[in-house]
Amino acid sequence: MIERKPAGQQKPMEAATQRNKKPGTKPAKLGREVQARLGQQLRAMYDEVLNQGVPERFAELINRINGNGDKDKH
Amino acid sequence: MPMDESVRKAVLSAVPSLRAFAISLCGNVDRADDLVQETLLRAIANIDSFQPGTNMSAWLFTILRNHFRSEYRKRRREVEDSEGRYADQLKSQPEQHGQIEFREFREALAQLPQDQREALILVGASGFSYEEAANICGCAVGTIKSRVNRARTRLAELLSIDGANDFGPDEQTRAVLASGGE
Repeated sequence: MIERKPAGQQKPMEAATQRNKKPGTKPAKLGREVQARLGQQLRAMYDEVLNQGVPERFAELINRINGNGDKDKH
Repeated sequence: MPMDESVRKAVLSAVPSLRAFAISLCGNVDRADDLVQETLLRAIANIDSFQPGTNMSAWLFTILRNHFRSEYRKRRREVEDSEGRYADQLKSQPEQHGQIEFREFREALAQLPQDQREALILVGASGFSYEEAANICGCAVGTIKSRVNRARTRLAELLSIDGANDFGPDEQTRAVLASGGE
């Protein structure tokens, strides 16, 4: 069974959430918090790469094949 | 092969996300960029099979994912413990991304089974719906959901064990995650 902190030590929001819970319901609050944190980390890691934009090598690759074959014939 | 301008733009604008996906999948920037390059070449060669009006990102992700998996299977035959090797590779290049704060997270991610890792990334970071992720991975929606749930649970476990105190006491985190699955 999960040991909860005594009510006095809880953050106000946690306590409020708990009060709304039916007796016997497992505390989902922390679950959502953990999931939100995991999601944040995952997206932060992902966004770091997104923010690097399109590396030159890929832009060139895609543009080269953009029906510009004519240029090569010169 | 001539490429329609709007198609070219769609491919181009999918590149950052494709890279982010590839890096998250294989944990190695150089290999990820090779993967993206090979994906783009395949996509361009098969651009006629792309249906205009459908999601270009999803199409490219599918190509990349399938390519990664066939490569992965090849490598797996060469190297027995490839999951472990990826984790080790990560540890040996912790500053590659210049983000120490993500190191622990990346290491935990690298330890997930591949099915779970890709499901979590597609849904949790790439912004695909469960349905789209299921299409990309060629499996049922329910399978994606359960993979994502298991991935989250396992990540929370790994990060707690590794001393990520932010995530709260191990027991509590695990118990809540285990019970909180949708």
